[in-house]
Amino acid sequence: MTSDELIDLEIKLLMEGIYQVYGYDFREYSEASLRRRLLQWLSGSGFASLSLAQSSLLRDRELFATLLRGITVNVSEMFRDPPFFKAIRELVVPHLKTYPFVKIWHAGCASGEEAYSMAILLEEEGLKGRFRIYATDINEEVIRTAQAGIYPLQELQRFTRSYQQADGTGSFSDYYTARYDRAILNASLRENIVFAAHNLAVDADFGEMNLILCRNVMIYFKQPLKERVLGLFDSSLVPGGFLCLGTKESLHHRRISDRYEAITPRMQIYRKRYAK
Amino acid sequence: MPNSRGGHFKAVVLGVSTGGVAALKFILGALPPDFPIPVLIVTHITPDSDDSLAVLLDTLSAIRIKEADEMEAITSGTVYLAPANYHLLVEREHLLALSIDPPVNFARPSVDVLFESAAEVYGPALIGVIMTGAGNDGSNGLLKIKNRGGMTIVQDPADAKMDDMPRSALHVVKADHVVCLKEIPALLMRLIQRKP
Ligand SMILES: C[S@@+](CC[C@H](N)C(=O)[O-])C[C@H]1O[C@@H](n2cnc3c(N)ncnc32)[C@H](O)[C@@H]1O
Repeated sequence: MTSDELIDLEIKLLMEGIYQVYGYDFREYSEASLRRRLLQWLSGSGFASLSLAQSSLLRDRELFATLLRGITVNVSEMFRDPPFFKAIRELVVPHLKTYPFVKIWHAGCASGEEAYSMAILLEEEGLKGRFRIYATDINEEVIRTAQAGIYPLQELQRFTRSYQQADGTGSFSDYYTARYDRAILNASLRENIVFAAHNLAVDADFGEMNLILCRNVMIYFKQPLKERVLGLFDSSLVPGGFLCLGTKESLHHRRISDRYEAITPRMQIYRKRYAK
Repeated sequence: MPNSRGGHFKAVVLGVSTGGVAALKFILGALPPDFPIPVLIVTHITPDSDDSLAVLLDTLSAIRIKEADEMEAITSGTVYLAPANYHLLVEREHLLALSIDPPVNFARPSVDVLFESAAEVYGPALIGVIMTGAGNDGSNGLLKIKNRGGMTIVQDPADAKMDDMPRSALHVVKADHVVCLKEIPALLMRLIQRKP
């Protein structure tokens, strides 16, 4: 066995242990990214190998929390992929407007940037008071960050540029207050967002959603876990509802794909067909 | 582990930055359509680029060139480019993986991320190539390829449009071959056809 194969084995054993002890299931995550993240955690941990760390990780919840942070890289940004948000505005919002009230699920919302972007977009489109966003993530720590809605000021430049490229109709600076080196998003944006912990690998579906966004979350999953999560989304979406994936993800060759149609080329926005 | 169609190499990984488009046009244009192993490429492009570089290179070359899709099976005779704003990695089962983990060496995609994950999967059956570019992305990855017994090629800094990346790589790794751009296609052909 080469040293790389040995590391793969250690990862497998550790992930099994973590599942049994803590209930977090990373056994079906893509191993290339997982390995990179675990080795990065290991290099700062003081342990010489994952096997040596395992004994402590399975007993010490605090230590495990640091590993969890390392495994679930929670990177996100506001209005990431502006053309995507533009397409939501032009192609999805007109349908949403036909409902008295719409429910939206951001699965794997990380620190909340995407959910806040959606809240801004919907308010600008006149849907204020007529929507609720459920924003969930496996990582409870990051959910707390999302709830606070405070981001490093240096990121706001990029967020502002993306907001404009996504055809924002207002002035982005109206949505936050700058304090020292941080930007605090307006509390009113949060009124229609519910942040909650939810694990796509083990938890149940959410009922009656009109729009589900799960972007850049399933790229880290192997096929069987992807299929499970898509099944979860399928049973949570109303007929005529929309499912949005990341720019490099697609429903091609998936079990649920016959029930969906892409509403625009190049963008990963799918609409669930009405039953015949 | 001899490869049925020639030498023992199973993949080429290539990293390039500033000056990369011209260099890629040349190298990919010179590869035959039946090049017997896959080629995985990271070039530093701006985060909002679409797949037009892959499309352009594809029309200019005989070999098939495309942007990498997530969990796509890696096939021979195909060149895969990392998409803008995503890291490209290799899975054990010889699938391509994408990630939006933070930039490495200020880059996403990063050459180090591709090289390191490919070295872990292909070991001695990998050829790594570093070409023109600013910065030092790829040096650590090339070292990992070397340490796993793979073959390392660096474009001669004197021949590179921007010599930082090759120079940095040569600082970190004693490369197996230091050659001019125009010699790289023939060198690759020679290496993969050589019996182990
Ligand atoms: C890369 S972020 C994507 C954030 C955002 N959707 C975007 O595209 O900018 C991926 C998020 O998925 C979360 N995640 C990973 N596995 C999960 C699971 N099993 N259930 C729910 N969330 C998960 C991570 O914690 C992380 O915050």
